[in-house]
Amino acid sequence: MRLTVNGKAYCTEKGTVKELLGEMDIVPERVAVEVNLKVIKRAEYAGHRLQEGDTIEVVYFVGGGQEELWKIHSSLGE
Amino acid sequence: MEDTLIIRGIEFRSRLWIGTGKYRDFEETARAVQASGADVVTVAVRRVNITDRKSENLLDFLDPKKYKILPNTAGCYTVEDALRYSRLAREAGVSDMIKLEVIGDEKTLFPDTIGLLRATEILAKEGFVVFPYTNDDPIMAKRLEDVGAAAVMPLGAPIGSGLGLRNPYNIRIILEAAKVPVIVDAGVGTASDATIAMELGCDAVLINTAIAGAKDPIAMAEAMKHAVRAGRLAYRAGRIPKKLYATASSPLEGML
Repeated sequence: MRLTVNGKAYCTEKGTVKELLGEMDIVPERVAVEVNLKVIKRAEYAGHRLQEGDTIEVVYFVGGGQEELWKIHSSLGE
Repeated sequence: MEDTLIIRGIEFRSRLWIGTGKYRDFEETARAVQASGADVVTVAVRRVNITDRKSENLLDFLDPKKYKILPNTAGCYTVEDALRYSRLAREAGVSDMIKLEVIGDEKTLFPDTIGLLRATEILAKEGFVVFPYTNDDPIMAKRLEDVGAAAVMPLGAPIGSGLGLRNPYNIRIILEAAKVPVIVDAGVGTASDATIAMELGCDAVLINTAIAGAKDPIAMAEAMKHAVRAGRLAYRAGRIPKKLYATASSPLEGML
């Protein structure tokens, strides 16, 4: 199945958000996941089925207090 | 006497809030936060690097059980982006708090207050505890309060500029009218700037660049801790009025 994960093409045989995070070695407690612009609740990771062509964003917290350092290029969707 | 800052039932041990950007590494960030005595740290929301999973996680250095993690929408230039980042931040974190930024212009990083007002209203209705980063505009501060902001965060000067409070009179007017806490966000350059903000009666100050960009960030973090505390104490103590001429402080009686 072909997905787009964080702006990059990604191929996987995994069927759910939980399995996908496991494959990418990502701890679910530290991230948030969006599938096709919809935020998926952590409790739904195991139940949310992925579809061919889904666009997925996996985000976490990084250092940053105010805007200065973070120009548009580091934003989602680019 | 107890002087705890409480916003929407959340107790804050410190009136100094810290931004976590621009430090050399996470270790320096953690040391500076510790030296500052702050219990609130603001963080940005960004993509996980899925190709290099070895990179360290900020929250390994700043324990969310010990610090209140305040996600921000830094880098958002539209209402839609700010809402999107806020909703993701809530899911990634442990609270409904969001430091809302809708930036209007890349050069000044002044807020787009029209977008900010819209985003604040929407997020407040969704149950967020919204801390909007706004101009030092008393009318806008009032409007933000009216649509459900938990506090207002007027800038002292542009982000990262270190110019201090450029319009303390506006901050005073904001303070007079506000029913929600007022937290100066942006513009502090050195310790005295933070003290001035607190002496005016602000409830807290958020500082990032002035600490992270100092030659010795850990020492500056400590300086800011004392500056905020000194300003708060002076505010509560009540300063003397300013006068043009001298008033002798020693008794005239008993002089030769």
